[in-house]
Formats: sequence, structure tokens, C-alpha cells
Amino acid sequence: MSHTAPNLSSKTVPTSGPITMVDAIRQAMFEEMERDPAVVAIGEDIGVYGGAFKVTDGLLAKFGRERVIETPIAETAIIGAACGMSFLGLRPVAEMQFIDFIACCFNQVTNFVAKSHYLWGAPVPMVIRGPSGGGVHGGPFHSANPEMYFVHTPGLKVIYPSTPSDAKGLLKSAIRDNNPVLFFEHKYLYRRLKEEMPPGDYTVPIGKAIVRRPGRDLTIVSYAAMAHTSMEAAVELAKEGIEAEVIDLRTLLPLDKDTILSSVKKTNKLLVVHEDTRTGGIAGEIAALVFEGAFDDLDGPVARVTALDTPVPYSPPLEERFLPNTEKVVAAARELAKY
Amino acid sequence: MTQPLTQTLTREQHLDLYYYMQLNRQLEERMVRLFRQNKIVGGLYSSLGQEAVSVGTCYALEKRDWIAPMIRNIGALLVKGVPPRDIFTQHMAKFTSPTLGKDGTSHFGDLKVRHIVSPISMLGDLIPVMTGVAMAGRYLGQNIVALTWIGDGGSSTGAFHEGLGLAASQRAPFVLIIENNQWAYSTPVSRQVPIQNLADRGAAYGIASVIVDGNDVVAVYQASKEAVNECRAGRGPRIIEVKTMRMRGHAQHDPAEYVPKEMFEYWKARDPLTLYEKYLTGNKIWDAAAKSEIDARIERELDVEQKFAEDSPLPPPELAEEGVYCDGCHKIEADWKRAKSEVSPPKSSIDPTWRLKDLPAYTQATITGGNGAKNSAPTQPPASVAAPAAAAATVPAVQKSAAAPERAELQPEHLAAGVAAEDPAVPRVPFGRGPKDKAFRQSPENPQNKPAYSRAPKEKSFTRPPQEKSFSKGPRNKSFGKNAQGKPFTKNPQDKQGRR
Repeated sequence: MSHTAPNLSSKTVPTSGPITMVDAIRQAMFEEMERDPAVVAIGEDIGVYGGAFKVTDGLLAKFGRERVIETPIAETAIIGAACGMSFLGLRPVAEMQFIDFIACCFNQVTNFVAKSHYLWGAPVPMVIRGPSGGGVHGGPFHSANPEMYFVHTPGLKVIYPSTPSDAKGLLKSAIRDNNPVLFFEHKYLYRRLKEEMPPGDYTVPIGKAIVRRPGRDLTIVSYAAMAHTSMEAAVELAKEGIEAEVIDLRTLLPLDKDTILSSVKKTNKLLVVHEDTRTGGIAGEIAALVFEGAFDDLDGPVARVTALDTPVPYSPPLEERFLPNTEKVVAAARELAKY
Repeated sequence: MTQPLTQTLTREQHLDLYYYMQLNRQLEERMVRLFRQNKIVGGLYSSLGQEAVSVGTCYALEKRDWIAPMIRNIGALLVKGVPPRDIFTQHMAKFTSPTLGKDGTSHFGDLKVRHIVSPISMLGDLIPVMTGVAMAGRYLGQNIVALTWIGDGGSSTGAFHEGLGLAASQRAPFVLIIENNQWAYSTPVSRQVPIQNLADRGAAYGIASVIVDGNDVVAVYQASKEAVNECRAGRGPRIIEVKTMRMRGHAQHDPAEYVPKEMFEYWKARDPLTLYEKYLTGNKIWDAAAKSEIDARIERELDVEQKFAEDSPLPPPELAEEGVYCDGCHKIEADWKRAKSEVSPPKSSIDPTWRLKDLPAYTQATITGGNGAKNSAPTQPPASVAAPAAAAATVPAVQKSAAAPERAELQPEHLAAGVAAEDPAVPRVPFGRGPKDKAFRQSPENPQNKPAYSRAPKEKSFTRPPQEKSFSKGPRNKSFGKNAQGKPFTKNPQDKQGRR
């Protein structure tokens, strides 16, 4: 991954200058809390301190302690309380200080929150957001990509944006959604790229992927930080005459099957790139979808570039080995293009 | 802070309590028969013998208040106005049940009308959820109380402790009933915890708690009413431990042969309905005619309700695919009982800093405590409280938990007011030790003041051998710590912020 990520968005309308993903998410929080007093924030250190990554910086000053609720270190209590609040019509946004800690409240999320609407008709309009992903030497408990536990849980929606404008627009959609939404924020992208926000109260629809770069030779499906890696790889491949189409999923659940299938039907080859570990990662699910929906269109095997099936290691050379990168994507794409 | 129990019940209310307890019992007796006829799908978890707990607690609530029952709180559902047919149909997995057959037992709720949150099988999760309900009710200005139950078994879960910690720190208008029925499936309380009273745990959170005879419905009601009133006045949360007995197995399949016979016999003699009937007769609140009139009414009602359930169809298979998401089928709207402007800028804006008065440790206000071994802070003796309790109770019907605390710390401004000030008569004791200890610590008698533990000069053998070249920190391999572009990975120190 490079530090000057390419501009992935076509929605660059100059307003007040480009901002980082952290600031884009902050903006979304401010705007939504201002728009609707039913929106409240709950989490650890989100008040006076402004959150571990300063995503909620300034919220307390503006909205007060009733709406910016600092909690003990108790993830189950955070999610449980947010769920209870949503039963009375509030729209809580719960922060996991690092998304790795969502494991502490797994039961509350998957058994209580996710099943409420299906079982007894109780919608849970809440958002769980938190920093995720590796590449910043956070070590095994501060770098994880636990999205697939939740993609496997009916009743949840799972969002994982790759650009500041998408992060803002999707978080707004998540807050307004009537269902529990998990909102993953890749911490490698928090401050490494800047983007102009589209003007006004804009949202990005949940469940819609976007074609970041059109191409004819193969399709690369990716999301979050790996969408940037895939774009860099596409630039490299283009130098060799291989035109890759890059799809950024943005939402993992519900998955935008149509965009994936129509691209594969055009390019006849599919490479999936994700930073999550390999076994049980979303690449397997996408491969199955393509086999079901576009098997006759395939000219080669579905390929995947993923992280290793290990915990995220700490030391730089180990983490570098663990993570996918541009070279690995280019190499896999080159092989696939031979078919 | 605690007021004497002065709640009195009218004759009508007394008869109400009987009606709901008897309805609860007859309903469950019928379900046992249905189970034996193979008409119940799945398990049947009986609350027979615990009717006074469900009915007495829930009867203390108002219509606007919220409950989250456990599987054995059928009586609470009835008090909340759930028709018996809902309980029959749920257990029989019928299409006419509140969950349309998607879940069974008492796993159903009603957000809009009766304010009931559905339980799940993982115990303890309802405690943080109901804390959130209580917080949201306060935020919206609804002045509601949220109440849920937990068993002796469920009180060991992590969610129990996380939930109570949050409820206490938020001063949530939340009542927790610890329904101690002596058995967690097959494990007795004594094998779960080394303490006699689960109510004592309240002290650890700064939550006031009482212990009640759970087979005495009047005592249960009065303790609950007091707890609910305290919460509504902004002095929550509260814990009530009710001592009762599970008179059946964990579920119908379990004959509970592990329970000593004598224990069943003791509690059978203290059956809550028998006790209450004696109480009503002894206090001349009713006569035989009143009893038979209520009993006949219950029979009539249950006949109709059971028939409805038995005649109901099972759900159509295609229903399995529906309802995972809310796609606009629900309109989500908060019921505001206060002006939204109060929680919107500019009125909501504050100075986001901690002030000294928010930090009692710094100002020496609360350096007391410890494990109590040498703590001279007064513990309140178990005080029996006069209550028109049912006869035959060998313990006072209501007693204060030995460790029931009076909270003394500061009250954050945004939370409801009303916490009593610290008693100036109680001397402050630093770190749970007396002044004697301080003198002792400084005296040469203290072994810690002796030089025995000072470091001896290190022996050579403990020093590190000179490292071999290959292990020393030589110039690093260029690629270490760099990415493919040869740039260091972490450019921005903020990415490492906040690790814990």
C-alpha cells in the first residue's frame, strides 16, 4: 500500500477543502445528531477525550452528556444498552474502541440484536462502529478484520467503506436504517487520504457496490484498504496491457450480487482481494455466487488474494508477509489473465 | 433514604394478586397436561411455586413501565395484560402466537402497547438491555422504570456484572429482581457462589438491595413498590433478592431427583398460593364465595384461551423466509415527553472538561473502603420491617441486605438528583486501614521497613553473556520495518492512539 492513495471517488465537488476519513465520519455524526435528537452516541472514552482516534471529538461539547454517553469498559453493556435504547425509538451509535473488542459482546450482537426483528418483530435501529484492519502494527488484538462473523449473521448489515465520502454517506444511511448496522472503519485509511465532501445532506445507499475502474480483461472485487491496493495493482497491470475492472463492495451484507455478476459476465475472470483471513473470508462466498450465477461465463478459475490464515502478527516483516499487497495482487491477476 | 413500607393494598388489589397467581398456576398446570399430550413443541419450563415472585413484582409497576421477563415469569406477563392464549400458542408453536411460531415459550415481546422486551436464552443479557431502556426513558422524559429478573444461576454471567456496573454508573431507573430459586438446573446456589445472599452483590456496585421472602406475595409486592418508587424519584437502580424454590425440574424432562426430598417438603409447606389464601382468610379480606367466584372465572377464561390455541394452525412454511430485516414495516418514532430543544444545541452544549468536583479521589472525598476487614464504616444490621406479611415465614418477610449501601459519592449533574450526602459522623479511614496501621507502617517493627529486601549486588552469573554478533542490534535489514515502497509503515503517530 502506498501513502498517497489514488482518488477513488468521482464525487469530488470542491466545497470547504478535502478532509480525511476520520473527519468525514465526524461530520456525519455531527450532522445526524443535529438533524435528529433521537441519535445518541455511546462508548468508551468518547466524551471528554473524544475517542481513541478522535472520531467523536467535539460531540460532547455540542450535545452534552445525555447524548454522548461515556461508559465503563464493558462492551456487552454498551451494546445491550444501545439495543434497549433503540427499543424506545432512539438511534444509538455505539463505538467499539477497536473493532477487535466486538468479540467481547458477540452474544449480545448476534443473539439479541440480530434476531430481535425476525423473532418478535422488534426493529433495532442502531449502529456499531469502530476502527478495524491492519497495516499499522497494531498487533493481533488491534488489527483484526472480524467482519465475516457478522456477515454470517442474518439480521445485521455490514458496511466497510474505503473513501472519506463513502464513509460519510454510508454512516448517515446506517444511522437512518431501521436495522442494526455494523460500520467498519479501516484505521489505515483514517488519515492517509483526503477527499472533498459532496455538498449538502448526501447519503450513499447501503448494499450498492461501485465500479472504481472499468476494464475488459478481468474483474477484481475488493473493499476497504484492499480496494486501494487493487487500484494500484490495476495501474500496474495496465502497463502490461491487462485492463482490470475494479469493484469496491462498500457493503458486505447485503452483498451487491448484480454488480459482481454483470462485471464477471463482461470480463469472464474474477479475482477477489481481501484483508480478512482466507478460510471463510468473503472471497469464498463471492466465488460461490459466481458459480451459481455466471458459471458459463467464466474463462478461468476464481482466484483470491487474502491475508494468511493466522492471527495478525505484530512485527513489521511478519505483518507485511501476512497482508496482501500490490505485488501479490498483480501476480495473481497476471496468472489469471493467461486463461 | 429508605422509607418505611407504608404501601397498603385495597381489597380489590388483594384479590387481583390472588387472581393473577391462581391464573398463573392454572395456566401452567394446563400446560403440563398439554406437554404430556405431546401438544407442546419443545421444552416446558415451569414456574410452579414461584408465582408470588412474578406477580408481586410486576404488580408494583405502572402501565407505562417496562419489563423483560425470564422464562419462568409467566405471571408477570399476565399482570402486564398478556392474554393466556399468547402463552398457550407460543408453547404450541402456532401461527397465532405473538412470534407467529418463530420462537417458543415466553420468548416474545410487545414494544408499543405493553412495553415488554423478549428474553433470549443467554442469561444476563437483559440486564444491560433494560438499563438502556431505563436510560432512554429518562432521556425522553417518560419517567418510566425498567424491571427485569435474573436467577441465582444467571447472576454468575458477565452480562449481569457489566449491566449492573453501567446501571449503577448511570443511576438508571432500573430494578433487578434476583429470583433465587436455589437451583441453576442441577447446581445448588452453594456450589455457584460462596456467599449466602446474592443481594450482597449490590454493595459492590453501590446499588441498594433488600432480601424478600419470595413466597410471600405481599412482601414481594411491597419491596418492589418501594424499589420502583425510589427509581422513579431518581434514586435507582435497585436490587431485590427474592428467596424462593423451583418446585419442578429445570424443564419437564428433568425429574429433579438431585433435590433432597426434605427440601421439597419444606417449600411445599410454604406454597405461595396456600400462604396467601390463609392470609386473605385470616385478615378477613375475602370469603369462600369470593374465592370460588375467582376460581370459576379463571377456569372459564382458560377454557376459551386453550381451545383457541389448540384450534390454531401451525405457520405456513414460507414464513421462515420472512422478517429478517425491517424494510419499512415498522415506523420508528420516539415518544418525546420533553422538549427536543432541551437535548439539542445550544441548550445541550457543555464545557467538555472534568472538574475537580468530578474527581473525588483527587479531592480525598472517597478514599475509604477495601474489603471491609478493617473498615470501620457502619454496616446496617439486618432490619426486619413490619409488613402485613403472610403467615408461617420463619424469616422476616423483608430484610435489608446486610451490605445495603447508602451511596455517598457525587451526583453527576446530568443524572437525576437525590443521592444522600455522606454522613460526617463516619470517620474517614484511608485505604481500609486504621490510623494504627499508619503508625505501624512507619515503625521499624514493620518488616517492610527492614533492609532485608534490599538488592544484593548482582552476581556475575546473572549478568547477560556478551551477545553474539548475529543477535546484536546491527544495522537492520533494509526491508525490515518498511513497505514495498521503502517507506516506513506508520507515518502518523495517531494511528497508535488509544491502545489498551
